[in-house]
Amino acid sequence: MDVLEKLTILTDAAKYDAACTSSGGSRTAKKGYIGNTSTSLAGCCHTFSADGRCVTLLKVLMTNRCVYDCKYCVNRRSNETKRAAFTPEELADLTINFYRRNYIEGLFLSSGVFRSPDYTTELMIRTLRLLRETCRFNGYIHAKAIPGAAPELVEQLGFLADRLSVNIELPSEAGLKSLAPDKTKGAILAPMRQIQVRNRQSREELVKYRHAPRFAPAGQSTQLIVGATADNDLHILRLTQGLYDRYRLKRVFYSAYVPVVEHALLPARDVKPPLLREHRLYQADWLLRFYGFRAEELLDEETPDFDPRVDPKCSWALAHLEFFPVEVNSADYESLLRVPGVGVTSARRILSARRTGPLHIENLPKLGVVMKRAQYFLTASGKIADGLRFTPDSLLRGLIAAEHPLLPQPPMEQLSLFAAV
Amino acid sequence: MTEMIYCYDGSFEGFLCCVFDSYANREVPTAICRDEDFVPTLFASRSIPTDRDHAGRVYRKVVKCSPWAAELLRKGFLTCLPDREIHLYRLVQKLLREGPGFLGNLSDPVLCPVAGAVRHLEGEAHLLKGFVRFSDLGGVLGGEIEPKNRVLPILRVHFCARYLNERFFLYDRTHHEALFYAAGKAVIRPLADFQMAPPDEAEASYRLLWKRFYDTIAIKERYNPKCRMTNMPKRYWSTMTEFQDESYFKARSSPAAVSIPGAPAGIPAPGTPPAPGPSAPGSVP
Repeated sequence: MDVLEKLTILTDAAKYDAACTSSGGSRTAKKGYIGNTSTSLAGCCHTFSADGRCVTLLKVLMTNRCVYDCKYCVNRRSNETKRAAFTPEELADLTINFYRRNYIEGLFLSSGVFRSPDYTTELMIRTLRLLRETCRFNGYIHAKAIPGAAPELVEQLGFLADRLSVNIELPSEAGLKSLAPDKTKGAILAPMRQIQVRNRQSREELVKYRHAPRFAPAGQSTQLIVGATADNDLHILRLTQGLYDRYRLKRVFYSAYVPVVEHALLPARDVKPPLLREHRLYQADWLLRFYGFRAEELLDEETPDFDPRVDPKCSWALAHLEFFPVEVNSADYESLLRVPGVGVTSARRILSARRTGPLHIENLPKLGVVMKRAQYFLTASGKIADGLRFTPDSLLRGLIAAEHPLLPQPPMEQLSLFAAV
Repeated sequence: MTEMIYCYDGSFEGFLCCVFDSYANREVPTAICRDEDFVPTLFASRSIPTDRDHAGRVYRKVVKCSPWAAELLRKGFLTCLPDREIHLYRLVQKLLREGPGFLGNLSDPVLCPVAGAVRHLEGEAHLLKGFVRFSDLGGVLGGEIEPKNRVLPILRVHFCARYLNERFFLYDRTHHEALFYAAGKAVIRPLADFQMAPPDEAEASYRLLWKRFYDTIAIKERYNPKCRMTNMPKRYWSTMTEFQDESYFKARSSPAAVSIPGAPAGIPAPGTPPAPGPSAPGSVP
């Protein structure tokens, strides 16, 4: 089997993993080494695939042979599919040559569980060691810690990679039991805790010794599959919040479940992936990380799922009309961030601009405020936008109309003259 | 006040001299244009000689007022903002008149167009850090871009750090200049025309591998061309490996050596005809 065919099989098997970021790396260029990691805060996207997702890293599996039989996964043992495995040399050669041509920012290495978690992790370590030590690769590496691998091996992996991730996949233990019988909650959370503790220690050591080795300097992330089980948004968001608070994760990724197999416990093959739900979860995720929101504010037991018509921030604003309007000339940063249509950047710009003089409504679009949402919720020098009139009822309609063109439209349907009504 | 048009040689120093001379002559130019763009009109015009000493004095004064304004000036000069010189001139004028206070207010009428243009420049440079594609031409890496702004000075820092031990060049088709880097030294020189040499065997095979990776990584059920176009506007596609046609993947020595079997299960990028191929493992039959 040649490399082209292997690449095809192992890319195809890896593509359902959502994580593909290169942010948070801080490797500076070194003489005699190849590459560095992007210095910008946002990471660097090298291309966007036809589904609109960013491609930053060479995202492949070491092998798609797997001893596990997780029902939702294309690589499960019982699935009839072509199997392949990269040798460490092939993978190192691909990474270096793609990197030199500026196709990628680095390598994202995941794997099916071949023989045992330990054996697979050892294979991955061999590849990364070849890349880092023999090929002197200094770019970004994201490695997947296999649940159930020995802590010593995860430790070695962490010193070679920039970011580690352990995928939770199914947001509840019940889901895990029914769909991924070989995995347990404990086996997933143990390496997560280990990575967090080791990362903190490594930071402390770096303060004392400048050349102390860095353990996963870009932190860790995880992925949750949305729509394979019956868990609601509130449950997922609470889990996310817990992961950020207790495990100090950098990112939680959500992956709308794409039905790849027919199984009684899973959604049917013709069910569309819940892309809008995934989108709303990402929006809420941003609210948790950058806007000072808590999961309990956004959702509660009465409304455990997000409104598909408006984004979570607008939903919150509509439920808390007593908080508004916010006066841009006097409100503090936290209050500004709660206004729909005002983001982190525009809130900072407002703070900076109002030092030079009072702001008026016509200044706000130039500062980056999205007026079609924000106009209902703020005043500038005591005034709202000219000619704007609304009631709480028309407000919702206005927000839905503002959001509507941005959402994917359902396909047109030909009406039939003779269909039974 | 009389209408006066300033002409300068097109360099950054030349522009700074325009600022210097306008203060020296106590007049406000209505337009500043490059010598080659100058069309004789009824208005009076003045040709401004470039004097490094004068330019240095203006620049140092701006830095003293506000280092950020100096950065805006430097970067603003690289943008594709129409009449950028006069916008930058007004920025300097306001800075010297009122001090740097107004620079905090992005909705300021003088600052807004310049800051917007600089954001456009930086945004384009940021995207290009990812979208540039190099080819290995016998050990030297070569790439081409087609940007709206003059991004090469911004990209220089990034690529020189990344390819510290390589030799590379990057050609800007729009502004006909190229960035050359070898052994720790980088220069940007005008280059009238450039044609990329056809790839050798190894280069062609890596191009093909990349194209295959790109076509395979997309999930068919999530196909969303609008989202892709928002993130990666079509004007960047012309220089990207994954959107080139078949001839781009053929090696120079043996034209028929590399066949392109279709990428199974993925979504082939536009530009390549979908070749027949066996359906992929795990794909929907």
